[in-house]
Formats: sequence, structure tokens, C-alpha cells
Amino acid sequence: MATIYFSAALTDFTGGIESLTVDVPRVRELMQAVTERFPDLADPIEIMAIAVDGEVYQEPDYLKLGENSEIHFVPRIAGG
Amino acid sequence: MSAERTFEYIGTRPIRHDGLDKVTGRANYGADFTLPGMLHGHVLRSPHAHARIVSIDTSAAEATPGVKAVITGKDIPKTNAKLSLGEAAMELGPMGDNALAHDKALYEGHAVAAVAATSPEIAREAAEKIVVVYEVLKPVMTVDQALAPGATILHDDLVTKGKPLADAPKHTNVALRMELKRGDLEAGFAAADLIVERTFTTPMVHQGYIEPHACVARYGEDGQVLVWTTTQGHFIVRDASAGILGIDAAKVKVVPSEIGGGFGGKIPVYLEPLAIVLSRKAHRPVKMVMSRDDVFRASGPTSGTKVRMKIGAKKDGTLVAASASLYYEAGAYPGSPAGAGAMCVIAPYTIPNFMIEAYDIVVNRPKVAAYRAPGSPAAMFATESVIDEIAQKLGMDPIDLRLKNAAQEGDSAPYGPKYGPIGLKQVLEATKAHPHWKAPLGPNQGRGVACGFWFNAGLNSTATVSLSADGSATVVTGNPDIGGTRVAQAMMVSEELGIPVERVRPTVADTDSIGYNDLTGGSRVCYATGMAVIKAAQDARDQLCARAAKIWDVDPSCVAWERGRAIPLNGASDKEPLTVSALAAKMTATGGPIVGRGAVSAPMAGPGFATNICDIEVDKETGVSRVVRYTAIQDVGKAVHPSYVEGQMQGGAVQGIGWALNEEYIYDEAGHLENAGFLDYRMPVASDLPMIDTVLIEVANPLHPYGVRGVGEVPIVPPLAAVANAMAGATGVRFTDLPLSPPRVLKALSGA
Repeated sequence: MATIYFSAALTDFTGGIESLTVDVPRVRELMQAVTERFPDLADPIEIMAIAVDGEVYQEPDYLKLGENSEIHFVPRIAGG
Repeated sequence: MSAERTFEYIGTRPIRHDGLDKVTGRANYGADFTLPGMLHGHVLRSPHAHARIVSIDTSAAEATPGVKAVITGKDIPKTNAKLSLGEAAMELGPMGDNALAHDKALYEGHAVAAVAATSPEIAREAAEKIVVVYEVLKPVMTVDQALAPGATILHDDLVTKGKPLADAPKHTNVALRMELKRGDLEAGFAAADLIVERTFTTPMVHQGYIEPHACVARYGEDGQVLVWTTTQGHFIVRDASAGILGIDAAKVKVVPSEIGGGFGGKIPVYLEPLAIVLSRKAHRPVKMVMSRDDVFRASGPTSGTKVRMKIGAKKDGTLVAASASLYYEAGAYPGSPAGAGAMCVIAPYTIPNFMIEAYDIVVNRPKVAAYRAPGSPAAMFATESVIDEIAQKLGMDPIDLRLKNAAQEGDSAPYGPKYGPIGLKQVLEATKAHPHWKAPLGPNQGRGVACGFWFNAGLNSTATVSLSADGSATVVTGNPDIGGTRVAQAMMVSEELGIPVERVRPTVADTDSIGYNDLTGGSRVCYATGMAVIKAAQDARDQLCARAAKIWDVDPSCVAWERGRAIPLNGASDKEPLTVSALAAKMTATGGPIVGRGAVSAPMAGPGFATNICDIEVDKETGVSRVVRYTAIQDVGKAVHPSYVEGQMQGGAVQGIGWALNEEYIYDEAGHLENAGFLDYRMPVASDLPMIDTVLIEVANPLHPYGVRGVGEVPIVPPLAAVANAMAGATGVRFTDLPLSPPRVLKALSGA
């Protein structure tokens, strides 16, 4: 089971729900589950990076999730 | 990652392959390239900070002998296209409008037309003949002006993205508002014994790269485009130019020159789309070079900022609550690093209750570009100044206060995920143990310390490693070498194959000659492209083992690689080990050329932390200050080439010191930049500063085979507050506005 934590900026799109636990094998299925539950989230998270167990990826669609994976959506970071 | 691995080449200090060319002036930079029949481009820029373009008459310019093409915004298509360039989505519409204005000039220096002619002088004279009729509008120069009720609006269609306030006006200059929060802020501050709240400002400053923007473009009759340019990312130049102009990216080849500094400022395109369009119109190659004046007025500075910071602490130094509001100038189009600033502002500390808001605000200044750890220096200037004041008021050692609250592995970052292995505590302990921290101060001197944080990017990289018949090797990547990455890549090949560094030739290839590489930025090249290089070298090594098996006529499982040789295992123990040279000499007989390939999409490297100690001496009669001793301490993961890691730390410290002490964009009331040159925009030079001492802490990054994490950006984060805290120690005045230039210091000391 993976747990997704929604930041303050995203809870406007989840009706105030701050976390969601889903039973999915990969990030791709997790994204599907999240956007099916909260359709308004699709646009804002499309341009965000995804942190899986502390590691931040740009597009980890096919990354397998662990039994207790923690997911965060974080803004993509520009560097110099 | 093998924490116990011992290295033969990693951690040594060989001479860089591009060193001789660079110190002798033989290296070719952006402006060095020429072609037969080449024309010279010149850009006409707006004299107004904010004006509607009513009409442009180019007839006189076009009639000038020697002029071959004139373009205006009408020649640059308006587009809604975006480019996913890894670090962030780039909006190509604003980038094209920034390159050549369509309807409005949004800052003084905004390009409104361009000319290509047979000489630079003719091009400039012809540009001056272009008649532009403007409807001059009121400029919006600061975040306060931009947010004021009834403020002039830069973009009629701008809406606030993110999490706008409920009562936010419909027409706005706020492009984005974001929030980060955790815990119960009110209860947190209620539990505090001490609360410090101050508002800080930092000025707009330029990256200050020595080499101005420059390029040559050739648009062929067959639609094939060649661009030679100085850039941090030639794949970005290709994709952005193609996207802006509606050209298939496959028709654009971009060749990077050597680069004389970028620091984030050479990521956007400015000249390249114009040179391509001028070349298409003139049917000849076109060269464009910015003057220093152009660089200051029209290429990426970083945001001026205003940051309100409030932190609450218990008597024992435990930080219990923080709130911050960050207001960042984006320049003429949305896209300041306010969001990154918000993510950084309390990142070094575990504070259970916080609320951070950040605003991205358009103003009539040049569109900001990235600048080394974009967003973090201004944010951390506020935090680290307040932390210093809290320590002072609690009577605590400022390093002890930071150690008490320092984030460590397993703590949740303020932006969400838990930290992996990070080195903040080790860095702070090394700072406390450094002789500098305990050294006596002289008269009129003060000492400051401050921390810094930056994320360090990952992203996409490709590399190939090819062997020659004599056993030497080439390593090819697609990242312009700004900070010594070529030699670092060669060292990685040496480490994997056992070839001396001087027998490995590193090359930065053009967009046709290597797979896709994201930019040289985000402190990512030694980490992410390094991983691609290691993969490519290991691929070549595996091929060498297979060739040895073929020579020995044994199963490949009977061959291992050890210290630059294929060695026989069980079943082949009667064979003599084969060196790289011996195997390379047999390439043709054993299967042909050996080419190793590596490609990665790397996660972010894991954050970097640094502290700086600054001693400053102040002449209280003149307000002039001088940094007399400076030490930078940083968790670098693993220093592949320590000299270039130290160079990054020293360079970042110097840029941060300049930001703290003297650098600033100075505008008059009409929005005209008054100091667009190095005589009036005062950057530190070598004679201004002492030797910057460095201490490298190596807390291995588990995501990299050698433990490497990014090192190039975090060095610029601590200096702003380290200098200001030292100034507070020397003068007894807590400065909240940068720069700490002599007039400002003198004014504060005189109590005016």
C-alpha cells in the first residue's frame, strides 16, 4: 500500500484530504487512481515532480512501489 | 553504492584536458566563430520600461546599403508551446516574446527589432533608423508597486496560478502563489519564549558571466539550420528555437562553443531565434553578439526579493514555529524562483509548525533567469539572519543553535519527502571545529556564520566511451563544460577501465553527435552525466571481458575485470591477464570497435548543505567594509576532482559576497537601468578578497556509484547572511537590506 501526501497547495483539489492510501504496483497506476479520485488534481500534478520514498523523479511512471511507499508531489526545481 | 570502495583516480587532481587552451586564450568561445559571407546582427532595444508598440517603420533601415534583412516581432510566431526541459516546463510563447517583442515593450532593453548587415557598424546604424512609435505606460518596478491597489497591469490575461488568496484581484501582476504548511502555527508561536520577525530585501543582481551571449546561425535553402552558440544546454537551444519558430527540431543542429560562465543565465535563448530568422531572410549566415550593456539590460538577472520571516524559539534554542512570506520579482514574464525559495527557506531545520507563502510577481524588469541555487540565497538570507539574532538574544553559540535544530536523515523536508543521508550536522560540526571559528578578531571586525541548502538536480544524460586500437579512449557527452566536468568524466572512465586520465579524451558533442542531454545546470553534470559515463565505461569494460573470453576461448563467465585488466577465473587460470591495450589491439579480430553506451534519467541527487564563516572589517568613518577571512564548508558527497569542487565553493562564495556587499541593479523612476556595466555594477575581483578556505565533507550520496552529489550551487547560498551576520557583529547593527554598500552602512552607523 502506498500513501500519497498532498501539500497545502494541492488540498484545494482534494476537498481538504491530506493523504490517500492506495494499493497499486507502480507510479503509473497510482497517478490513475489519484486522478480518478480527484479529477481536478490532474492539471496541477502534471507539471510536478514526484518523490517516491524520498527520491525525487521527473517522470517515474513505471517505477515499482514498495509495500509502504510514501509519495509526495513537489514543484519541479530549476537550477542554475 | 560501495561505501568501502577505494579509488585509484577519483579524488586525485589531474590537469584538465581543456586547461591549456583556456589559459592561453586558444579556446573558442561563442563570439570566436566566423563563416564565409557571414553577416552581423544588431538588436534595437526599447528605451522605455513599459510601452505599447504602436508601429514600427523599418523602411529606412532596409534601404541602407549593406543591410540584408530586418525583422520585428511579426517575424517571430506567437506560440502556446511548452518545452519539458526536465527541470521545469518552459513556456515558449513568453520566451519568443522576450527575444523580440510583439505588442509591448516590457522593460528597458527589450528587443523590438533586429538588423543583419555586412558589418556590425552598418547593422547598428541601420537599427537606429528604425522608427518605433510607442505609447509609453507607467512602469511597475518593485513588488510593492506591483501589488499596490490599482497597480498598472503588465499582462491583461495573467491569472494567479497555484493557491491565490480568496480576495485576490482578478487583474493582477501575481503569476503564482504557493503555500507550504505543517502543524499548528498559532500553537507553535504561543509555545515560543522568543519570537523574532523581520522583513528583508535583496536587490536584483546579474550572474555576471564574463562572456556575453553570442551565436552564429545559418539557415540553409533546404531548411537545415546550423547554430553555433555559447550555452549551458545546446539541446535546449535546439528545442526552444525550433519550438518558437515552428521548425522541426531534427532540422536544427546546435554546436556548443566553450562557455565563459553561465551560472543559470545561459539557459534561455535570446539571440538564437533572431539569428536564425535573419539568416533565413538574408540567405547568409548571421552572427550576433551582445554588448555588456545588452547583457545587463536584457539577459537574465535574478529576482529582487522581499521576504518577511518570523521564527519562534524556546529558551533552550528549540525552534518551534516559523512563518514566511516571499515576494520575488519575475521580471517581465512569470517564472521567478519564488517556489524554490519557499522550499528552501527553512529546509536546514526541523521546525514542527510552519506556514510559508511565496509570490511570483511580474515587474518591468528583464525576465529573470536561473542563478545558482535560484531562489535559495535570498530566502536563506532572511532565515539565517533571524536564526543569528535568536542565538544572540538567547545567548547561545549560533552553531550550537543550528546543530540543535539541524535536519538529518529521516526528517521530513518542509516540501514533503523525508531526507535521505544528508551532511548538515557533519558540516556544522566541522565548522565549529575549524580554527577560524575560534580565531581572535581584530578591531572593527565581526564574524558571521550561516547555512545554505540546495536540492541538486538529476535529469537526463547520455554518454559514449570508445576505445582506440592503442588502448586510449574517448568519452563523449552533451554537456558544455563550465566547471571542469570533462576531466571529471575522464577520471570516471579511468576508474572503471584502468586507463590513465591523460589517455582518455573527453569531448562535448553537438546535438547530432550524442543522445539527448539536459542542460549543464542544477549541479547535475558530475552526478547525472557522470552516472551515464560510468555506465558507458562499464559497458565498454564488459565488452573487453567478452573479447578476452574470445581470445582465451573460454566462457565469458570465466573472465573478470580487475585493475585495468581482464583476468582469468576458474576454468581459464592458465591464461595471462590482458590489459586494455592488449585487448584494444585485437578489436578488429575479436568483433570490431568497442563502444560503450550509457543513458540515465537520474532522480534528484539529494540535497547539499554548506556553512560559511565570514570575518569582515568595517571602516566606520567611510562605511567601507572588507572581508578579511572566509571559510566555506560543504557536504560534497564525493569530490571526484577536489580542485574543481573547491573552485565551485570559492566561486559561489565570491558571487555571494558580491551580492551581499555591492551588487545591485539601480533604476531611475522611469525604469531606466543606471549601472549597466562593470564599472558601475561592482562585482568583487581577486584583489578585493582573501583566499577562500574550503573544507570538503564527504557524506556519500547513495544514488551515485561513487557517492557524488551536486556541488555547484549551494556555495552561493550562505554568503549573504554570513556577511550580514559578520556586519552585525562588527557594527552592532542588524542589516536587513542588501547590498551592504558603504553608503548604506555609513547611513546606519550615523543613525540617519
